[in-house]
Amino acid sequence: MKISYYPGCTLKTKAKNLESSALACLDALGVEYEELPRWNCCGAVYSLSDDDLIHLIAPVRDLIRVQEQGFDTVLTLCSMCYNTLARANELMKNDEVKRGTINDFMDEEPDYKGEIKVVHFLDFIRDEIGWDKLKASVKNSLNGMKLAPYYGCTLLRPGDVSIDKSNSPVVFEECMEALGAEIVKFPKAIECCGSYQVLGNPEAALKVSNDIITDATAHGAEAMALTCPLCDYNLGHRQEEMLKKYKGTKALPMFYFTQLMAVALGVDPENYNLDLNQNISQEFLKGKNLLEKVTT
Amino acid sequence: MTEVKAVEIKAKLIPIYIMGKKYEVPETLTIMKAIEYAGYRYIRGCGCRGGVCGACSTVYRKPGSYKIMSGLACQTVVEPDMYLTQIPFYPAIRSTYNFEELTGKPEEVFDLYQELFRCVACNACSKVCPMDVEVMDYISALKRGDIKAAAEISFDCIQCGLCASRCMGELPQYHIAQLARRINGRYLTPQAEHLKTMVANIESGRYQESLTGLKVMDINMLKETYTARELEPATGGEDWTPKENIGL
Repeated sequence: MKISYYPGCTLKTKAKNLESSALACLDALGVEYEELPRWNCCGAVYSLSDDDLIHLIAPVRDLIRVQEQGFDTVLTLCSMCYNTLARANELMKNDEVKRGTINDFMDEEPDYKGEIKVVHFLDFIRDEIGWDKLKASVKNSLNGMKLAPYYGCTLLRPGDVSIDKSNSPVVFEECMEALGAEIVKFPKAIECCGSYQVLGNPEAALKVSNDIITDATAHGAEAMALTCPLCDYNLGHRQEEMLKKYKGTKALPMFYFTQLMAVALGVDPENYNLDLNQNISQEFLKGKNLLEKVTT
Repeated sequence: MTEVKAVEIKAKLIPIYIMGKKYEVPETLTIMKAIEYAGYRYIRGCGCRGGVCGACSTVYRKPGSYKIMSGLACQTVVEPDMYLTQIPFYPAIRSTYNFEELTGKPEEVFDLYQELFRCVACNACSKVCPMDVEVMDYISALKRGDIKAAAEISFDCIQCGLCASRCMGELPQYHIAQLARRINGRYLTPQAEHLKTMVANIESGRYQESLTGLKVMDINMLKETYTARELEPATGGEDWTPKENIGL
């Protein structure tokens, strides 16, 4: 099986650790992928204004590029890109009038009607690989790691693009469980990390991020798995600031779920790119004896 | 002696509209020549007349179409009823920086040109480019920090500024691309070691004596020296090297 892969801008700069670890996992699982030869920024946020069609041009253009590349499905890693591409795709599929306006505007491109299927890494693994095969591929089990999978918003909302049941998802937990982790369920796993409020109101964003981390640790988590670079910024990169402000909060190592998957599948540690995580993340894995190269 | 009679060839005159006013011009002319034929005189907005300097960018439209077309006035031949105007300069922002202080990181480009992130991928820039550069593609590459790709995609840019003139995000694409190419040349492309050696040789004064000698040499001696210079023989073969490799 071969699939088209859309990386997104952040995965080429700040979140290289998300991309390198995920691609190494695909290799380990025998999935062939081909990065889109031409792609542009998807816009990162799906515009909520009903008549703001200009911000749909970017994601629709990317979907046209997937068609040009000769694929019918595109794989995304960043949950913001997933959400933006999937929602733009739904609109092109279902709204005939707006579809016409957008296609007319892009008169240099072929017409697009939502033919491409947009998937995220998590539902791709669930539907195309399956938990059993994933489990069978584990060489370096996360056994004993009390892990809190945190979804954030954009994989689950709105309902029509959710990769699982919006209010009671299990896909992330099942995935990490297949890798051997002990799953810590916590109520705030599907709440917002503060997202772009970090720009306009950083204090408010810090507060909700702190609530998420304290909720996870209160339920016994010793590490958290993430899917989104913006969540990683709010929960990971701002954690030092958070610990200074909220005295009762305990530090919690953050990982992209693909990094933990890469560890479990025993891929070459150079693909983890842990230097882009907080320092405690690397120390945590060392403490669990999970950083030695697996030789099998 | 036979008398040669000049044969008068008259090109057909066609109507074109320069800034909305109608002129009859010979159909064989370029836009630039036609504008001059119509009586305008260039004191600016005209550079090399060879299609490389980017000074004479022109936008035009043909009857029956909403499409705004573009071209270089010195390269594009007039067509009947074309509506045109020249945009010789565009007041797009150009950031100033001390190149020596840059290190080649994408974040430096982001800081110098924050407008980069106003791009919505509408592609108007690529559509108007008279050099067929995929402008939007290099802007996309820069947004993801790929300076090398941006430098390569924008290689044919002649800095005419038409991309900026059409941009709804008010990006100065051509100036950003120039920065990308500079960074690529300085920091991302492998350095030519032999060039460094050569510069060091020159700076060490190794060629000073022979250069000064040439400057004061008598003309006949100069000719003789020139004729006697070592040339690669036609049958030299791949392994031939000069007796004195003064370069390195």
